[in-house]
Amino acid sequence: MQIGVVTFPGSLDDADAARAVRYAGAEPVSLWHADRDLRGVDAVILPGGFSYGDYLRCGAIARFSPVMAELVPAARAGLPVLGICNGFQILCEAHLLPGALTRNAGLRFITRDVRLKVDNAKTPWTAGYVSGQQLLVPLKSGEGAFAADEATLDALEAGGRVVVRYDSDAPNGSARGIAGICSEAGTVVGLMPHPEHAIDALTGPSADGLGFFASVVREFAGAAR
Amino acid sequence: MPWQLYASWALATRLDALYLTIYALFALGGYVTRVIVEVMLKPEIHDPQGEAVLSASHRLGFGNVTEVRQGKRFELEIDGPAGGEALAAVEELARELLANPVIEEFTLRAAE
Amino acid sequence: MSDKDTVEVAADTPELSQPFAALGLTPDEYEKIRQILGRRPTAAELALYSVMWSEHCSYKSSKVHVRKLAPNEQQSTALLAGIGSNAGVVDIGQGYAVTFKIESHNHPSFVEPHQGAATGVGGIVRDILAMGARPVGVMDALRFGPADAHDTARVLPGVVSGISFYGNCLGLPNIGGELAFDACYSGNPLVNALCVGVMRHADLKSAVATGPGNKVILFGSRTGPDGVGGASVLASATFSGAEGKAAKRPSVQVGDPFMEKLLVECCLELYAAGLIEGIQDLGAAGIACATTELAAGGDGGMNVNLDDIPLRDPALGPAEILMSESQERMMAVVSPANMATFFQVCAKWDVEATIIGEVTGDGTLTMTWRGGTVVRIPPRTAADGPVYNRPMSRPADLDTLQAAGPDGLERPKDGPALRETLLTLLGAPELADKSWVTAQYDRYVRGNTVLAMPEDGGLLRVDEQSQLGIALATDGNGRYCRLDPYEGTQLALSEAYRNVAMTGARPMAVTNCLNFGAPEDPAVMWELAEAVRGLADGCAELGIPVTGGNVSLYNQTGNNAILPTPVIGVLGVHDDVRRRAGAGFTTEGAQVVLLGSTRDELGGSSWAHVIHGHLGGHPPTVDLDAERRLASLVAAAARNGLLASAHDLSDGGLAIALAESCLRGAQGCRITLPGDPFTALFSESSARALVSVTPGREPEFAALCAANETPATVLGATGGPTLAVAATFEVPLAELRQVWERTLPALFS
Repeated sequence: MQIGVVTFPGSLDDADAARAVRYAGAEPVSLWHADRDLRGVDAVILPGGFSYGDYLRCGAIARFSPVMAELVPAARAGLPVLGICNGFQILCEAHLLPGALTRNAGLRFITRDVRLKVDNAKTPWTAGYVSGQQLLVPLKSGEGAFAADEATLDALEAGGRVVVRYDSDAPNGSARGIAGICSEAGTVVGLMPHPEHAIDALTGPSADGLGFFASVVREFAGAAR
Repeated sequence: MPWQLYASWALATRLDALYLTIYALFALGGYVTRVIVEVMLKPEIHDPQGEAVLSASHRLGFGNVTEVRQGKRFELEIDGPAGGEALAAVEELARELLANPVIEEFTLRAAE
Repeated sequence: MSDKDTVEVAADTPELSQPFAALGLTPDEYEKIRQILGRRPTAAELALYSVMWSEHCSYKSSKVHVRKLAPNEQQSTALLAGIGSNAGVVDIGQGYAVTFKIESHNHPSFVEPHQGAATGVGGIVRDILAMGARPVGVMDALRFGPADAHDTARVLPGVVSGISFYGNCLGLPNIGGELAFDACYSGNPLVNALCVGVMRHADLKSAVATGPGNKVILFGSRTGPDGVGGASVLASATFSGAEGKAAKRPSVQVGDPFMEKLLVECCLELYAAGLIEGIQDLGAAGIACATTELAAGGDGGMNVNLDDIPLRDPALGPAEILMSESQERMMAVVSPANMATFFQVCAKWDVEATIIGEVTGDGTLTMTWRGGTVVRIPPRTAADGPVYNRPMSRPADLDTLQAAGPDGLERPKDGPALRETLLTLLGAPELADKSWVTAQYDRYVRGNTVLAMPEDGGLLRVDEQSQLGIALATDGNGRYCRLDPYEGTQLALSEAYRNVAMTGARPMAVTNCLNFGAPEDPAVMWELAEAVRGLADGCAELGIPVTGGNVSLYNQTGNNAILPTPVIGVLGVHDDVRRRAGAGFTTEGAQVVLLGSTRDELGGSSWAHVIHGHLGGHPPTVDLDAERRLASLVAAAARNGLLASAHDLSDGGLAIALAESCLRGAQGCRITLPGDPFTALFSESSARALVSVTPGREPEFAALCAANETPATVLGATGGPTLAVAATFEVPLAELRQVWERTLPALFS
């Protein structure tokens, strides 16, 4: 399986996402922001970082990249996409996901290992988990508070589209403790914490994050039969 | 005609009101337009920065400040005359890029 | 204006009065410049010499001393580039080289904490980049006035947010550092930023312009009036055509970490493709420094056309252009054959690049502006600068200070009093939990961070296959250095060395940032000389080289200098980062052992400072032989899996080390103290560590200690919900945690 990892100017965790893909047994493919070319990959990851320095708004400029012009229709057509942190912000700006990510309630950048609960274990990115499973994954962001109007939040909950939630109070003030959501089809997932930094106990707080990458590999292998 | 020359001539001949009006029309019909766009979070969106500014204001003794909301101001220079077209273009830009319609709203106006 | 002040005009008008004093030059220095040039300098040349010969750029007051840090042959075996290069480079094996350096950005951080600290990070990162390395990590040693002081509430959060803003956006994990408070830093905070980079041996770059005909290219951000203070003085010189040119220039440099990130990726791609003959980063004294150093380092000369420099502000004149400290700029020497590809790579990364000159064979740095030659100098004369031998004398009050030791201070006598002392120390700002600060830094980016604060050292994996890694620690102690700058500096070196060893790594190189007061004060110069002597002797005895560093003088307000504060950074190499020990008691039922010897040594201690506000006596004894043996013991034990944890003892002695190990591992311990409880708990004797042994491996470990000749005292075992000191006191972990965690948030949130 080939999973594309997009590099925008200012992307930082692209190499780490690629490593996670390798650990999960798939081949990472580097996608350049300026190329209108997804290179035939089977899934795409928008990694964390500070694309365009977070200028204007996080992800506001990256969403107009040529690669996004290819990605948006592909995602709507069912290509699995995972947006991590800045990637989540880009997916919201590109309207592939509802809502927006706003400044942390405490106004400061927070790096913290957070406990997450998997609410939706049916997306291609979470199928390897069990609903209710607890994960210990790093959060590191300054604009991680998910915000949307009440109607949207209700719809997300009702539709089972909250994928992961902070287990206790969200350190960033995210609405309804939401750490990650998915599209209606469930194939596009955005989350603020960084699973690619929890793929082994040597460099992370746990290996709990590997499941995001292993899930999609397994789903692909299953579908390919 | 360079505006300086025109203005000098108008003043020299003291045909003030008339010529200044004509001059003003020329100036507005000039080739660069400035547009101001102000972007604010929608009223229902939590604004922790505004709250922090409010607290700091109180600590400095400005107790009669009861609310602060923080936003952004963009100053754009557009090639071409001011008018409906320029403003419409900026409005579209504001909607597409300058503001995030999910959480922000904006106002715009031509600067004189 | 200075654009009319060409070398011809200067030669024709030798009598013209020039504002050299306002630019910081002494009459002697001005005379020297005239001698060098054989005429008066042009306004642009005057500006250039004034910044190059400033204390900050030339090290004129400290050079005679800092030279003594040059490593001997034995120390140099692993060195690939030493002092004088942008940053020292060390061979760590497997074809990898590591470059690292620590640098100060003290004064700007007092003026504008956020941008001052941010641009400090930017500057040190570019230094590392200019060596040909990919920057892979940063650390920060921070010192502020009293934690509850009004101005500290202004400076500290700004500095932290600046480091966070710049470092996080650049994608560099922040893996350690220090945070200390003392009244002496009130008007003079210390912000020392360290950066470490990794490369393959073949990638080493140099700041040299060779090859006549090669082009000089300036790339990165445009040049603006950032940091230009003194140049406005030139605007009022006789040749001013400056009609109403504003003297109002911003003097604070503003950082753009996104641009720096692009610059990093662009440079690394240029390096990988072999497109660069020489490279220099632009830091203090901007273009003036980069051109003189590149030209001086080479065998020929350089021609530069100042008209070609891309400007953010078109009103800048030559002097301002030369002095500008605009951030995120690099200067490269590129052969004509590589030019097209060079520009292609820059375009890919959206980095603006402009040819501003070329290398010549004439041994002169020549610069033109609007058709006139405004600079023509021998570059080495600017790059080298004057050398001063300032008068030194031992501080008059030092004998009295050393005589007034801590022995007369009242000591806690019973269990409850000792318990209270422990909690008071644990909650003191200098010893309390630093998470309020460190949580604002990204420690995870790049996915190679094995250990980060609050561990003793930062540990980064370098090779995913072989598990080769590097460890880093920074340490300083102003109090010890005030009591005895020679011993105090060796203690700082010992602590950084020991911290690196606690990770299981082998210490192998040293960097240093010497923060002192004004060099015109003979007492300050004496302290500086003693500190350097201590560092040189200490490194020679430990067999590791000083690879580079930084001197920051004039850290004083009026007559009040800061405590002499040399900050020492140590780099170590780790053969297998999986075999690391952390500081926390993670394993239950593990034997707790105190390594090293404890004497009654409270001079300059945290106890004396926090409880009694006392500074006097002598700092603890230095024992470098014991440090070396302790380091090799811990490394060997960690490598063999004998240790469940390892934590060094420093500020606050055993009491704080025990509390920290319990809190870090979320596990208590039950111990018995050897000897006098107070001394055992609060003495700050050096060369000691607190370890817990892997259950079942105790005899092996004991044998290793004996063979190593390091005293090993079994204190007890880990386990339980309290820190229990037999027959003395017991503190529940919850209480320890509450006292430890609440201090900084209460002050700064």
